[in-house]
Amino acid sequence: MKKITSLEDLRKIKEQSKDLTSARSGGKMRIIVGMGTCGIAAGAREVMTAILQELEKRGLTDVAVETTGCIGMCQKEPLVDVIRPGEPRTTYGEVGPGDVPRIIVEHIVNGNIVEDKVVGQTD
Amino acid sequence: MALYRAHVLVCRGTGCTASGSGPLYETFRKELARRGLDKEVMLVETGCHGMCEMGPIVVVYPEGSFYCRVKPEDVPELVEEHLYKGRILQRLLYTTPDVEKIKIPHYRDIPFYGKQRRIVLRNCGYINPDNIEEYIARDGYQALAKVLLELPAEETLDIVKKSGLRGRGGAGFPTGRKWEFARMAPGDKKYIVCNADEGDPGAFMDRSVLEGDPHSVVEGMLIGAYIIGSDEGYIYCRAEYPLAIKRLNTAIEQAEELGLIGDNIMGTDFSFHLHIKEGAGAFVCGEETALMASIEGKRGMPNPRPPFPANSGLWGKPTNINNVETWANIPQIILNGAEWFSSVGTETSKGTKIFALTGKVNNTGLVEAPMGMTLREVIFDIGGGIPNNKKFKAVQLGGPSGGCLPESMLDTPVDYESINATGAIMGSGGMVVTDEDTCIVDFAKFFLTFVQNESCGKCPFCRIGTKRMLEILERICEGKGKLEDLDLLEDLAQKVKDGSLCALGGTAPNPVQTTIKYFRDEYIAHIVDKKCPAKVCTALIHYTIDPDKCIGCTRCARECPVQAISGEVKKPHLIDQDLCIKCGRCMAVCPVKAISVE
Repeated sequence: MKKITSLEDLRKIKEQSKDLTSARSGGKMRIIVGMGTCGIAAGAREVMTAILQELEKRGLTDVAVETTGCIGMCQKEPLVDVIRPGEPRTTYGEVGPGDVPRIIVEHIVNGNIVEDKVVGQTD
Repeated sequence: MALYRAHVLVCRGTGCTASGSGPLYETFRKELARRGLDKEVMLVETGCHGMCEMGPIVVVYPEGSFYCRVKPEDVPELVEEHLYKGRILQRLLYTTPDVEKIKIPHYRDIPFYGKQRRIVLRNCGYINPDNIEEYIARDGYQALAKVLLELPAEETLDIVKKSGLRGRGGAGFPTGRKWEFARMAPGDKKYIVCNADEGDPGAFMDRSVLEGDPHSVVEGMLIGAYIIGSDEGYIYCRAEYPLAIKRLNTAIEQAEELGLIGDNIMGTDFSFHLHIKEGAGAFVCGEETALMASIEGKRGMPNPRPPFPANSGLWGKPTNINNVETWANIPQIILNGAEWFSSVGTETSKGTKIFALTGKVNNTGLVEAPMGMTLREVIFDIGGGIPNNKKFKAVQLGGPSGGCLPESMLDTPVDYESINATGAIMGSGGMVVTDEDTCIVDFAKFFLTFVQNESCGKCPFCRIGTKRMLEILERICEGKGKLEDLDLLEDLAQKVKDGSLCALGGTAPNPVQTTIKYFRDEYIAHIVDKKCPAKVCTALIHYTIDPDKCIGCTRCARECPVQAISGEVKKPHLIDQDLCIKCGRCMAVCPVKAISVE
């Protein structure tokens, strides 16, 4: 590894290594994928993979991706929730891997809800 | 860099490693790979979380779920439930020890952590200690950069002085002033030393910091070296701490690779080289002059002060010695400022103190509390009180050099002055809790035996005086004590204190003095009544079988290792007192509680 010779070098390493521990701190945007039996059967695994790939592609390291169990709305699986700090929790239903880039760009990056996929919102 | 959605932190501190976190880590690795989750779930080895009682500990982020006593058999279920399906595995969550048995899913909500203030331990259990990048991600080496590139040296020294930081090794000397002495001392060659020779029975604060966040100590030393004008340093760590030494070596190597240790650090003309000296385990080598003698390759024995190390230390050169915990505080003080640090704690004792909480307490482990918290809060609120509804009896502060405090002193705030006023010392932070089943004379004997063995032999009072004191205590435990023995003990204790060169002898009588002061009745019970109230001293107790309760099941007779119990089947049994060795095994196995001890 290159030697640190300035504050800038140290900042660069800090920036690069931020992701190493970022998943361990709270208070940021969250994407929650329903991974109950129903979700997995409906293709939640593929959706999860697509989410991780999209975040990586866009360098969005400040998003926590979590999984959750069945919430009872099995007919709408795969369900994906997006929570931006201070905003209501938005649940998207029947999400396919193809919908993922749109949700991430529109909702996570720009803060606009992708209306046609929304199932509901809660606080 | 791949994006990981979840992190599994497996504690690899010495406590959790001893309870099996090594194989646990391996099982996780294999199971995550088998499930194809190894590209999205990061597996991290961390240092101590402090809650060693509940080990091996596994924390899963981003949820921050705190799993306790996880065994390799649990791994497939935990991975499937939590990491695959997203359901927190209730079964392994931390459960409160009280009657309600509440399961607590989040790390931050566990009462053990709620009252703590983690400044030194902020990274312990949170980062991978073997990865310098994780340390840098948590502001690591930023303080060093600030000191080298932005602040004038006087200003840095001023921050340390104003912060009110005092030596965490036990004596509590103001760190800033100590640095100033070494800085002012004339000489081209100066040394920096980290005292990691933690030898008190039941103490593991320094070990945990070195194992969990070694870079914080290295960074603190670099800052100190720069201020004092030193280009070479030693970490004196006992060889019984193999994991700490391994992690320190890794940390030093990584810092060297990044140019944070070596020549022209960060492009400046500051150069620093750091060595590890492994100590052979003599308790006296924790005393600074003995420690330096040991580094020089001589026999570890204390020397008179003055001259103080700041003027004539290692190889006669100006030397600054601080304890592990003191060094680890430095980067945080530089980053956050003197006012931030001095806002924590009391008037004369600033910041936090780490305690190794051991003995008869529910949450055995590592605790960092703001100075000024009372002993009661530390032992009962953080420590969770005494197990099995037993009564609290005493707490030994500061290891064998410290003192033993009774229940009436529990509201003493933990700061240097208040603790000293009781006759105990803050020491390095050992806290051994005892309950009603502990004999206080036996307890004092234990600590005195330790210092007696560890006395280097240089000063006659320490060498012979502690031996005589120990003989008196042994006599009392055997029921052969006289009342005059108490006066003799007190007299000898004072003379050992006055007649010893170093702090080992100077504090060795503390446990005896404080137990006589606070538990005189128990000494008198041994001497006058020939009774051991806690029923520990074997010469003063005897076991008897209640013939009315005994059902003649013969279990005690079969259990007795010396065939002291006789009797026919279904008839009351009898213990031969001459043969009995008072091991208590008969009482433990009796199904009808017919055996009692008096």
